[in-house]
Amino acid sequence: MSAGGIRPPRPFPDAARETLQDTQMRRNLKHATTTIREKRLRAVAELPDWEEIRTRGAALKDVALADLAEHLLMLEASVKRRGGQVHWARDGKEARRIVADLAAAHGAKEIIKVKSISSDEIELNAELEARGIHAVETDLAELIVQLAGDTPSHILVPAIHKNRAEIRELFRRELGADLPTDEPKVLAEAARLYLREKFLTTKVAVSGANFAIAATGTVCIVESEGNGRMCLTLPDVLISVMGIEKVLPEWADIAPFMQLLPRSSTAERMNPYTSFWSGVTPGDGPQEFHLVLLDNGRTDVLADKVGRETLRCIRCSACLNVCPVYERAGGHAYGSVYPGPIGAILTPQLLQLEDDNANSLPWASSLCGACYDACPVKINIPEILIYLRGQITPHKTPNAESIAMKTAAWIFNEPFRFEGALKLARIGQGPLVQHGAIHALPGLLGGWTSSRNLPAFPAKSFRELWREEGQHG
Amino acid sequence: MNIDLFITCLNDALFPQTGLATARLLRRLGHTVHFNEAQTCCGQMHFNTGYQKEALPLIRKFVNDFRDSEVIVAPSGSCVAFVRDLYPRAAEWAGDDGLLQEVTELGKRTYELSEFLVRVLGVEDVGAYYPHRVTYHPTCHAARLLRVGDAPLKLLRKVRGLTLIELPASDQCCGFGGTFSVKNPETSTAMLADKVQNVLGTGAELCTAGDNSCLMHIGGGLSRLQSGAGVVHLAEILASTESMGAGNSETIGAMQVSAEALL
Amino acid sequence: MGNEARLEILTRINRATAAGERPQVERTAVPASVRPHAEIVAQFAEYAAEYRAEVHRVSEAELAALLTKLLAAQNVLVPEGFPAQVLLQLTPRKPQATHADLAAYDAVLTTCAVAIAETGTVVLDHGPGQGRRALTLIPDRHICVVRSEQVVESVPQAVAALQAAVEAGRPLTWISGPSATSDIELSRVEGVHGPRRLEIVLVE
Repeated sequence: MSAGGIRPPRPFPDAARETLQDTQMRRNLKHATTTIREKRLRAVAELPDWEEIRTRGAALKDVALADLAEHLLMLEASVKRRGGQVHWARDGKEARRIVADLAAAHGAKEIIKVKSISSDEIELNAELEARGIHAVETDLAELIVQLAGDTPSHILVPAIHKNRAEIRELFRRELGADLPTDEPKVLAEAARLYLREKFLTTKVAVSGANFAIAATGTVCIVESEGNGRMCLTLPDVLISVMGIEKVLPEWADIAPFMQLLPRSSTAERMNPYTSFWSGVTPGDGPQEFHLVLLDNGRTDVLADKVGRETLRCIRCSACLNVCPVYERAGGHAYGSVYPGPIGAILTPQLLQLEDDNANSLPWASSLCGACYDACPVKINIPEILIYLRGQITPHKTPNAESIAMKTAAWIFNEPFRFEGALKLARIGQGPLVQHGAIHALPGLLGGWTSSRNLPAFPAKSFRELWREEGQHG
Repeated sequence: MNIDLFITCLNDALFPQTGLATARLLRRLGHTVHFNEAQTCCGQMHFNTGYQKEALPLIRKFVNDFRDSEVIVAPSGSCVAFVRDLYPRAAEWAGDDGLLQEVTELGKRTYELSEFLVRVLGVEDVGAYYPHRVTYHPTCHAARLLRVGDAPLKLLRKVRGLTLIELPASDQCCGFGGTFSVKNPETSTAMLADKVQNVLGTGAELCTAGDNSCLMHIGGGLSRLQSGAGVVHLAEILASTESMGAGNSETIGAMQVSAEALL
Repeated sequence: MGNEARLEILTRINRATAAGERPQVERTAVPASVRPHAEIVAQFAEYAAEYRAEVHRVSEAELAALLTKLLAAQNVLVPEGFPAQVLLQLTPRKPQATHADLAAYDAVLTTCAVAIAETGTVVLDHGPGQGRRALTLIPDRHICVVRSEQVVESVPQAVAALQAAVEAGRPLTWISGPSATSDIELSRVEGVHGPRRLEIVLVE
């Protein structure tokens, strides 16, 4: 199953406690992310006006979102004019039913899929399987995840947590492939042979969409392997599931994104293949095209003035690759098809901040800010994380933390209370201090002292020393 | 220049020697240093942990406490970044236009120590003497929010007796992140492990930075491992001089407290 | 159900966006290049080669001979509209084949719509000489003839040049090197599903 959905099965700290123990995953991720970080910096440095392109990309997304209804209506009209059909889905359930109904109407027993996170978001594969339709993932990483019965752990490279040796074993077992070595070239060749026949014979394909142009009804898929081109070109019927935030008003608006996306995602000047098509092209490619426009919580994100910025995301995964939390905890700890920093803000918002497990995600960050620096559309992820923390916290039932925080606020509001509290703390810490430091604390701070010492309160605070001598010295 | 110290609650409570060093350094450079005892906490911990309603009064208090300051200097990148970058957001999210205007003005006069020295005062050689092997960790908020860049390194390179050793992967977060280290202690520890490994790999005796919060974290890890390496705030390095080393044992003592409290 | 969903989503969007500001963005013409064209063409050749396209730089006079040499003893597909004078010495096959038939061809020979120096990309708009999309997808070797005047410097310039084709409803295929994947340990390897050999014949 490569479908994962967006509802985390448990809170982030619990999941991370477990994933952090996976030494193989830790090593694989560290290797992959450190490699891509350096490459991305080189790719970005090649464009001297990178900052202006980022700004333009962000502005174009904001313009598109500000009049989203208008652009979607235009997109619908343009796609229909070009012979395509447009469907609207309020939630995942509605979207997967539309896709499954279309596949079933064509009598499909098997469909081929281009990697699509939106289809994973709506758990499409499970729905199809339940209706006797097998979905074949054709993206190499998605295929690896599907064959392993695993879930994706990265937006761009869903199988980033697996290394070549593991993949070789998997292909041997599941595809019966004869693999002399575990070189990526050999593994890719095995996938090529396995999927070739599927591409040439399968009648229905499902894809996502990276962008869509309202004015021309043009949909865009950015990819590397050519599996996308195969799925978009060879079948009779193409169904594309697209989040409503992917629309851009005009053709020319695509330009900065074709500069931003490849350099931010695979750190290439350009990805090997990008396909654009508008509805149905007579005599070329699928002669039946369906575009499914998916809401699934996006309109709630849109309605939040601060959170709206999240919808600029072009799913490049640069924020994942630079994130120190993602690098260590891995994608699975986030429990959603949207992991990493962007997932930490997108997942809880798509669930209307009503899912307790997803609501742990905005705290899965040290607020180091590396994601914001890397984001090609300047989503201020750290700020939105903080904002969401502020939205979620007041609705929690009172607990030790909230009582401590409220007490602290009360103390800080008056300097005399602050000074008094410091004196009390010095007395209170007495039994805990060994050689000037605290080695173990109960309660809230127990997690800290599990691996680090904590300094003890000194004999005098700054304000006391200042009064005594500092102001003269 | 009339400088108001924004000492930060953490330094006030746990690292008073950093505040004293900051005052001493600025005075040595010929400036008048004030400390308004009404100040307590900028509200960062509350705001960033999700207690934004509770943080607002602290933000308003900070504005009141520093309204008349000519220039505000803090030995903390994180707290300055909070004032400069997030006070305006806090005001916007609270829908308080008056506050927004005030904090925007205030932000323009608020500086982290190293950027103040290098970019405002135009000083790189502060006349310091510190005969130790030191590596420098650029804290995330100083680097990515304040963009202090190489200001701290410029200052350190001019310190006599000091051997500066480059820290590998220095741009990587140490894993502190305020309450992150408490709410996600395992992930935080995994980040700390790499930072500690990199610090120890340099062979430096001391790791320095412009934030005692991050240093408390890194130092807490070094201390638990009995690694023999410690941490020291940048202000304390810059405040020490040769004459102090010879005569003023109190200053050297203060620095040892900083390392020792953690060791 | 369909209309109900459409109405509800649009209503929700309108409610969400009603009060907000209307950000503006200027849509100005893409500036022309200031660098000499020869330099831009050279950069295209260099960058295409860096992505493992095999690049041949020839004059107009040398073109037919080179193509003959490249395609000797190969079963070559040539889409309609490919310049006839170049084909005199070749024996093209008509592309009226099914997908399975296309697999029997060793190579496909096409022109392109535009090429991008900044990225080493060739863009097909599947007009004359380029054929429908399957033709350049299934054969394992793609030979693409690029004329130096088709090379633009930047992505925005290419997007502008492709406006008419998109408005006419034509599909586009942007190609940067042969098929590749970075899915295993984020390291790029060439040769997955698309043509494993991309040859660019740059006519100057």
